[in-house]
Amino acid sequence: MNDTDSLLTRYAIRLGDDAMVHGQRLCEWSSNAPTLEEDLALANVALDYLGRARMLYSLAGNLCGQSEDELAFTRDTRAFQNLLILELPRGDFAFTLVRQFLLDEFEHLFFDALTASANEMLAAIAGKTRKEVAYHRRRSQEWLRRFGLGTAESARRAQAALDTLWGYVDEMFAVDDLEATLIAEGIAADRAVLRATWQAAVTHAIEAAALTVPDTTWRIEGGRQGLHTEHLGHLLSEMQFMQRAYPGLSW
Amino acid sequence: MTNRNLLPLWEVFVRGRRGLDHIHVGSLHAYDAEQALEYARDAYTRRGEGASIWVVESRHITASQEADAESFYDPMDDKPYRHATYYKLPDAVDNM
Repeated sequence: MNDTDSLLTRYAIRLGDDAMVHGQRLCEWSSNAPTLEEDLALANVALDYLGRARMLYSLAGNLCGQSEDELAFTRDTRAFQNLLILELPRGDFAFTLVRQFLLDEFEHLFFDALTASANEMLAAIAGKTRKEVAYHRRRSQEWLRRFGLGTAESARRAQAALDTLWGYVDEMFAVDDLEATLIAEGIAADRAVLRATWQAAVTHAIEAAALTVPDTTWRIEGGRQGLHTEHLGHLLSEMQFMQRAYPGLSW
Repeated sequence: MTNRNLLPLWEVFVRGRRGLDHIHVGSLHAYDAEQALEYARDAYTRRGEGASIWVVESRHITASQEADAESFYDPMDDKPYRHATYYKLPDAVDNM
């Protein structure tokens, strides 16, 4: 495996981890959502993330000789590279949808940029993902507005979610050496340049919902180095249980 | 499932392909039309059935009652000339 392939493998794995962990969190709403209709909708979104994780893991697996299942179910917390914001517990319904909103606004820009990747597989995955994100974004924007302009309680919960999540958003735009190298080769999308557009879109939507952009100054990162919150281990223990208990099990 | 009764009920119509009619496929609860459309997409078209979706709030549908059937439809039956099948078509007009 040459250097570029090795970097591409790690890049696909971290994007796959983002999708896998977030999809798992969304799955936790199955049978727990406020209405049956919303239950179905959240599960559909979760399935989009699961499908995305499979595509990215399979891209990585073809290069590094591991199966999708091995990548998803046999690596421990330190090997997972997902963004911290995605592993936080699902919280209440407002927390889940506000996180989804912040993520959708980012992914809308990110996967658009990634369709220009010099790697055809990545570009194709991004092209498919972009359509899914357009739908997720439409939903989460509406929910944000509904929370903010709904009742005092829904606005309070949405604002609390924003305040909790704000310190985690910087990591979405962090470019490390791995990504810098792949950006230079035209393979990765540059997240850092998306920040200003994202900030403007998010600010507009938050204010339109009569909510406030948080002024918290603390920031936390670490997911890309495998330095996680205490929540990821618990998530993995549930997600990986079957493969841990019955190694190599297949349907 | 609390507050379910606060959500309006919507009827969903899906058109499978261009050229076909919208067919009633079911109903669902949603806060507003926009959300009803999205829930309809998730509940009824995930296997690629849809080319377009209509939603209408159920309370806007005025329906005839089954008890009215006699007065609504029976009068047609004894006047066969009201039905297209009563008329013989010339052979030249093949399938009409």
